[in-house]
Amino acid sequence: MKILVGYKRVVDYNVRIQVKPDGTGVVTDGVKLSANPFDDIALEEALRLREKGVAEEVVVVGIGPADLTAHLRNGLAMGANRAIHVQTTDAVSPLTAARTFLKLVEKEQPGLVILGKQAIDDDANQTGQMLAALWDRPQATFAGKVEIADGKAKVTREVDAGLEVIEADLPAVITTDLRLNEPRFIKLPDIMKAKSKPIDVIELGSLGVETADHIKTTHYAAPPKRSKGVMVKDAAELVAALKQKGLL
Amino acid sequence: MTKILVIAEHLDGKLNGSTARAVSAAAAVKPDAIDVIVLSDAPDAVAAEAAKIDGVSKVLTVARTENAHSLAAVYAPQIVKAAAGYTHVFAPSTTFGKDLAPRVAALLGVSQVSDVMSVEGPHTFKRPIYAGNAIVTVEVDASSIVVATIRTASWPAATSNGSAPIEAISVDATLPSHTRFVELQQGKSDRPDLQGAPKVVSGGRGVGSKENFDIIYKFADKIGAAVGASRAAVDAGYVPNEMQVGQTGKIIAPELYIAIGISGAIQHLTGIKDAGTIVAINKDGEAPIFEIADIGLVGDLFKILPELEASLG
Repeated sequence: MKILVGYKRVVDYNVRIQVKPDGTGVVTDGVKLSANPFDDIALEEALRLREKGVAEEVVVVGIGPADLTAHLRNGLAMGANRAIHVQTTDAVSPLTAARTFLKLVEKEQPGLVILGKQAIDDDANQTGQMLAALWDRPQATFAGKVEIADGKAKVTREVDAGLEVIEADLPAVITTDLRLNEPRFIKLPDIMKAKSKPIDVIELGSLGVETADHIKTTHYAAPPKRSKGVMVKDAAELVAALKQKGLL
Repeated sequence: MTKILVIAEHLDGKLNGSTARAVSAAAAVKPDAIDVIVLSDAPDAVAAEAAKIDGVSKVLTVARTENAHSLAAVYAPQIVKAAAGYTHVFAPSTTFGKDLAPRVAALLGVSQVSDVMSVEGPHTFKRPIYAGNAIVTVEVDASSIVVATIRTASWPAATSNGSAPIEAISVDATLPSHTRFVELQQGKSDRPDLQGAPKVVSGGRGVGSKENFDIIYKFADKIGAAVGASRAAVDAGYVPNEMQVGQTGKIIAPELYIAIGISGAIQHLTGIKDAGTIVAINKDGEAPIFEIADIGLVGDLFKILPELEASLG
């Protein structure tokens, strides 16, 4: 079986982002970029399935500008067999990303697609579900545990009410939650090895994907600031302050 | 004609409070009609509850045995059929809505607006990105159907004095059998529901152990609060996953939020930014949680919590 893994590059999760004063976006120039944390978990899970003999090949897929290639090398250094770089300079909506993945799925015929449950930049949480819909295949979102056997995936999902277990026939789309696994670190020799692994570069325009976007972002703003708080010196003062606000 | 279809969330024959919050957001669009759709194997009790929500014009029920569990792959094609004639489809931004709505949107050929926090017009919405560190205004083409999930923490639950008519409908949709429900392991709790509770007490890594978490539970029970946790506390195994508050857990907006032994990483703050009053109790006076706390108390939680309980009588 072949596994496709979505590997998005985002502003590093430790960066406190700034909104541009003119409201046209957030400042990304000179800001540290990293793999979306959920995508590292997706790749780790795919690699573990390969190590268990469930999968033979793990392919990382990125959609973005020319310099995304360096980012995909990180995925190769972590252990992916090869990478596909769908090149575009435009920002891509979750629907366009899902349509792009569908084209790759038709070409690559994977048994499983693993994506992160959400990207920490747009926080959309849509692409995996959309791909599953367009592909007409099962989705197992927010996966906390994945077991593959006999052409089926048994997935434990982290839902509001607790843990839901579902069974899905393969091929299927799985999206990862935080607790699925602990991604491995990249070792120096693997970075060297990754340099010789293949990266296919495909122009998004050549895939025949409809990219029209009917949702436009018209303005960016900083969130409203909370007014400055007060410090109290002990429990009694805290209780008094809360009672005064009518909260206790 | 603006007509909104709100997808009801329910479990064990009970309507989830998130549905009434999605109805509040729908009402903010000022539509001509708000209909709620209940998919279930036995929708009657849930539909009766939904019919009481003020502002609801009609409750539609789709009773099929395949709808016994909320599987997105099974629900989505039915919602798509039922959505004909509607200008908007809303679902709560809970794990149920996040799983289902994008599948519906893709089948309808549109992108989705995730986590609507305010309605600026019938096709203009505000939503948070970058863990709530930026708020964007998005505009949907007036000619497309709007599929959106509603950030429950931003909307009050609509009141329940109404009596909307209930109508059983059948939808002509082929349902897949490729996805099957196996089981739901629920965390048993008699405490208030984290997402709807007016008061929440949360513990973090500073609590130190699973056993120590008992003092958090005890204090929460004393003031009638729900209990939450930071990711660190969940990862350390002190409490189950469903208690996690933050960007990747639950986003809540209680009147009172008390963070105990929580440093306040960006991802945690995202989950509580809209709380009415935030109280932080932490032994590290430099912890980032104090930057957003309305009331802060620096000290050892194991000393402060018993004192708090004592002063509450």
